[in-house]
Amino acid sequence: MNKLKALLPLISAAAAEIVALAVPDSSLHQKSAHPYFAYLIAIVTVVYYIAAILYAHSVKKSGKVPDNPPFYRATFVAGAVLFFNLLNLVTVKLALLPTLYFPSLDRVFGALVEDRELILKCIGFSLSLLIKGVLGGLILGFSMGIAVGFSKTAAYWMNPIIRFLGPIPSTAWIPVLLVLFSKASSASAFIIGISVWFPTTVLTSSGISNVKNSYFEVSSTLGAKGIHKIFKIGVPAAMPSIFLGLFNGICGSFVALMTAEMIGAKYGIGWYVNWQKDMMAYSNVYAGLIVIAVLFYLIITLLFKVRDKVLGWQKGVIKW
Amino acid sequence: MVGYIRFEGVKKNFVTLEGETVNALSGVDLEIKKGDFVCLIGPSGCGKSTMLRLLAGLDTPTEGSIFINDTKVTKPNYDRGLVFQDPNLFPWLNIYDNISFGLKVRKLFGERKKDVNEFIELVGLKGFEKSFPHQLSGGMCQRASLARALIGHPQALLLDEPLGALDAFTRMNMQDELLRIKKEQDMTMIMVTHDVDEAVYLADKIVVMTPRPAKIESIIDVKLSQPRDRNNPEFIRLRSEILQILDFAGKEKEVEYTI
Repeated sequence: MNKLKALLPLISAAAAEIVALAVPDSSLHQKSAHPYFAYLIAIVTVVYYIAAILYAHSVKKSGKVPDNPPFYRATFVAGAVLFFNLLNLVTVKLALLPTLYFPSLDRVFGALVEDRELILKCIGFSLSLLIKGVLGGLILGFSMGIAVGFSKTAAYWMNPIIRFLGPIPSTAWIPVLLVLFSKASSASAFIIGISVWFPTTVLTSSGISNVKNSYFEVSSTLGAKGIHKIFKIGVPAAMPSIFLGLFNGICGSFVALMTAEMIGAKYGIGWYVNWQKDMMAYSNVYAGLIVIAVLFYLIITLLFKVRDKVLGWQKGVIKW
Repeated sequence: MVGYIRFEGVKKNFVTLEGETVNALSGVDLEIKKGDFVCLIGPSGCGKSTMLRLLAGLDTPTEGSIFINDTKVTKPNYDRGLVFQDPNLFPWLNIYDNISFGLKVRKLFGERKKDVNEFIELVGLKGFEKSFPHQLSGGMCQRASLARALIGHPQALLLDEPLGALDAFTRMNMQDELLRIKKEQDMTMIMVTHDVDEAVYLADKIVVMTPRPAKIESIIDVKLSQPRDRNNPEFIRLRSEILQILDFAGKEKEVEYTI
């Protein structure tokens, strides 16, 4: 049974290769320079088996009970390959879907290869914009959150501002920002900053105000002064809440990034998708969406890795 | 003889959220000698925890003052260690970092690093240095909390029902541990408790307090030598004496209410 399960991806991949290479393409579809889909299936299969065998080997060697048994993802990989096989069949092979909006998988994956220079440039632009905006929003949100959480005066002056300006969707600022900033990229970074700033501030300050007072009391009987209470008690105790704010902020920043890139950016992955849509090049639109998905998946994964490191002390942290 | 710790006419009023003034302590005078183990005992609302918080400097008296070593208490400091009923370990720090917290904020960690292991051993937590508080039992956490307070060598250790949340068996062990630590470290200990037995077992001096008005009813010197036998006739007599004081005060209260 387990042997069969381990072979499922191979069987599914073989079926996909046969369909991709042996069944003739519909004449309604544009030709692709290479059978990229067939290449991709081959690469995925090889990579999967190498990874799975290495994992099985390390499990056997360490002798520990692993989180997941070897070949745990075999059925999933086989299913995913089957899905793309069927998609390949209904698009390029049988042309059952509108050919303009549902291009062949060869051309979608081909776009990733053939348009890689522009796509890489766009990724670079998007990342630099994202980092600028997120860092700015984070620093402002974090420091305001700490100020509001610890100082009554700061809370008195800042809370009304946070509550009044914070809920405005960051993209609603676009008309104002286009007047305020001469450079579109500064306006874009600002939009991203706002979307990160609000949840970070609110959840930092509320996290700090919810810290058990006795932690502060104990720390003062141990000789802690004001600065220790902020950075050795308040901030670490509020970390779970701060990370929640960070997670919300980062997710919001993705939306903001995509919108920001549509207001006069020269490059960027959001701009790329939009531009390709205007060119009616849907294979490139899908390629762009794949890049976006992978990029944001990596960023969120990184965030969760950092969180697991910082919040290792917590009981039952949510797994990503 | 002038006491090492002195309460002079200490009153404390609290204002509730509804704006009412509640009298939490109505005029307390008390002297405590250096090296004494003092237990504050009484029913809830008698002001015993308030006294401890005032002595720790976490609250300030409405009237009167508290002196330790002839210095007026104004704010918390590491010369008065405090242990609550809830261990209140910092959950984001492991046991080692919790215990060394005081040394680190006082910038003494470099020179007294070896103390940390010594105190971890003193409270019997060797091998659990890397554990986080949620991985340990209540008794172990309370011992870690004790070590955290002791490592700064406070002149006085204030204990607010530190053993209240523990099971009877762990509790008796911890009582012996406290006596051992007190002897080893030669410090003054002031402990709030609900448990008459515990007070008679540990204290050199028992301060019996009553509520409404919250005040000291009686101060009893315990002349028994350590270690104490819970079945000693004098032990039993002291216990019933204290119970009588507490019970008597309770009955008087009832009469007052029916009038």
